[in-house]
Amino acid sequence: MRVRAQIGKVLNLDKCIGCHTCSVTCKNVWTTREGVEYAWFNNVETKPGTGYPTDWENQKRWNGGWVRSASGKLHPKQGSKWRILANIFANPAMPEIDDYYEPFDFDYDHLKSAPDMTAFPTARPRSKITGERMEKIEKGPNWEEILGGEFSKRSQDYNFDQVQKDIYGEYENTFMMYLPRLCEHCLNPTCSASCPSGAIYKREEDGIVLIDQEKCRGWRMCISGCPYKKVYYNWDTGKSEKCTFCYPRIESGQPTVCSETCVGRIRYLGVILYDADKIEAAASAERETDLYGAQLDVFLDPNDPEVIAAARRDGVPEDWIEAAKVSPVWKMAMDWKVAFPLHPEYRTLPMVWYIPPLSPIQNAAQAGQIAMSDQMPDVRSLRIPVKYLANMLTAGDEEPIVHALERMSAMRLYMRALSVEGVRDEAIAARVGMSGPVIEDMYKIMAIADYEDRFAIPTAHREQNEHGADIRGGCGFTDGNGCSTGEAGKTTLFGGKKKKFALPQETF
Amino acid sequence: MFGDFDINFVIFGVMPYVALTIFLVGSIVRYERDPFTWKSSSSQLLRRKQLIWGSILFHVGILTVFFGHLIGLFTPIWVLDAIGIPYALKQWMAVLIGGPAGIAALIGSTMLIHRRLVDPRIRVTSTFPDILIMVLIWLQLAIGLLTITQTLQHMDGSEMVRFMTWSQSVVSWNINAWVTVVDVHWLYKLHIFLGLIITALFPFTRLVHIWSGFAAPFRYLLTRPGYQIVRSRRHRPLEERRRAYDKVQAKRGPTATTPAE
Repeated sequence: MRVRAQIGKVLNLDKCIGCHTCSVTCKNVWTTREGVEYAWFNNVETKPGTGYPTDWENQKRWNGGWVRSASGKLHPKQGSKWRILANIFANPAMPEIDDYYEPFDFDYDHLKSAPDMTAFPTARPRSKITGERMEKIEKGPNWEEILGGEFSKRSQDYNFDQVQKDIYGEYENTFMMYLPRLCEHCLNPTCSASCPSGAIYKREEDGIVLIDQEKCRGWRMCISGCPYKKVYYNWDTGKSEKCTFCYPRIESGQPTVCSETCVGRIRYLGVILYDADKIEAAASAERETDLYGAQLDVFLDPNDPEVIAAARRDGVPEDWIEAAKVSPVWKMAMDWKVAFPLHPEYRTLPMVWYIPPLSPIQNAAQAGQIAMSDQMPDVRSLRIPVKYLANMLTAGDEEPIVHALERMSAMRLYMRALSVEGVRDEAIAARVGMSGPVIEDMYKIMAIADYEDRFAIPTAHREQNEHGADIRGGCGFTDGNGCSTGEAGKTTLFGGKKKKFALPQETF
Repeated sequence: MFGDFDINFVIFGVMPYVALTIFLVGSIVRYERDPFTWKSSSSQLLRRKQLIWGSILFHVGILTVFFGHLIGLFTPIWVLDAIGIPYALKQWMAVLIGGPAGIAALIGSTMLIHRRLVDPRIRVTSTFPDILIMVLIWLQLAIGLLTITQTLQHMDGSEMVRFMTWSQSVVSWNINAWVTVVDVHWLYKLHIFLGLIITALFPFTRLVHIWSGFAAPFRYLLTRPGYQIVRSRRHRPLEERRRAYDKVQAKRGPTATTPAE
């Protein structure tokens, strides 16, 4: 056993309202710079849809993630080390910027500076790369928002695998959910495995996966390696960038920006202890449907004295062990089994998990029936097909999803009985293998979701590894070359800046 | 003092040392001082078109030509004699391997230059050094291929041996090296001159990625066990920390418990 700790994350899709506050606050903090206008470390997709970049889930097309060879060994789907090196001159699996979207802005200035005209002035789009006029915007970061576009296009969604999808194009049968996405900070990341320079690494202390900007050489293999397409190439700096899990905030015990600002309170952060020795075996599980269970086995119970002793021995700080005991992530993933990894079949062992959403009953007759009989609703008759959720969260295995949805609807029934009728109905809890107090705790954390219950983040222990005297007067967090300010427009000996900022002159 | 001044001395006697010094010192300084700028500057994200074929043709071609020059020029002549490779044979090999590789690289770089100058996205995101170095390399490839017309006139390898002597004299600090190439055809001279210019410009352009390209296979295949990289802020490896922990625990005795238990 080799105990390590990671700050894990859970997103409760049952409560996501698709407001994009997470995406916008993330963007404002991290990617408002030139070169990453198109990059969204966090984005929210409307499902069913092909997502951003288009069709990212389809690894037959993008070659992300891992494959298990006949001998049971894992190698990146885009190829083993030799293949990756052979593709270094031109990466055949890398998306083009148009697969995301060409970043654009509008000529807002024209609205106030336009001369006297017969027609009302308009703000027309302009490319953020070339600065030229864009006659038609073909794609954006959230192009399919709220089921935008034709069903024929959106239904190319990979999660429709083995689902009779045609009926969901009909108005009466349509369904919708939101999927906020960010870097998964995987236990077995393909991005880092694909990097020939060794610039991408996982941090031992908190599991955050980062790209060393000074070691990245722009070989671009991480972009195709990541099956979630959450590594972005900055075309200005020539380096790859990705979600940093807001590590400067996490280190000081604060939630990530996306979690902090989530108005729906759907995001949870907490410590997960895991056994690093089990990662390889878990990721190489033979059947894809075994991967979810295999990942559960990698996690270690923070209340087990043996685990605690091993964690101490391996240097997990005491407050991290205590935080693991109250981790909402542990509760949702392990105790209640309501949270699941996103696409475990990619074999990356992702660490951002999702609670599947409940949805209305499929048709009115059934709804009436259920209301009268006061039975547990059959979660298989919900509007969002269970198979669809299973394809997304458990490699197609429906049982764990049904189990989770039943627990969530039992929670509603139980709490309804408690708050309307004042009855603690243990029978409801027993039907889903839980007890009243557990359901009430679940309600407190998942429904009420107070700040203190959502986030249990111990601070980093820099005092154990750094000497204050050494870093005093240092540069702190800089963007660019160590202490240099990275001023735009200033020509340097090594790689001058290309263009001066100029306001667009052309108005029409 | 400058009565017998010869431009050949400056170009073939002095300039190699100047160029190689700038190349080495510049590379080291950039790697040390400005690692953030050290990159391949790929533009594949912005436009895939013409890059896949252009880049592969160019890189495979120019790497073949590069290693051909490296091995061809710097293999000591006595080694050739010792293993019995006739100069004429070596000359033929150079033409037959270098020729097609050079043509591939020229086709590739033509595609890449065209893409860089014509595609609006690539054009606007190109820096001056990006375009300059591409044009210089294109010229260098074209001139290099043109020298084959001269080479074909003396396939006995005599000219080649002169270039070998020159290059090996330069790196063995023989200050009179330049005289061996004074009366070769001007195309060869231009080729060498341009080569030295590119060498001197190397640290200030995206060419620095060549260093990393050569290092990557060693780093990735040989020095990295498995695939994953985990970085720790701790100074000591896990095993050492475990031993230290066990030692402290043993001192405390078996009755020692911690508050959490």
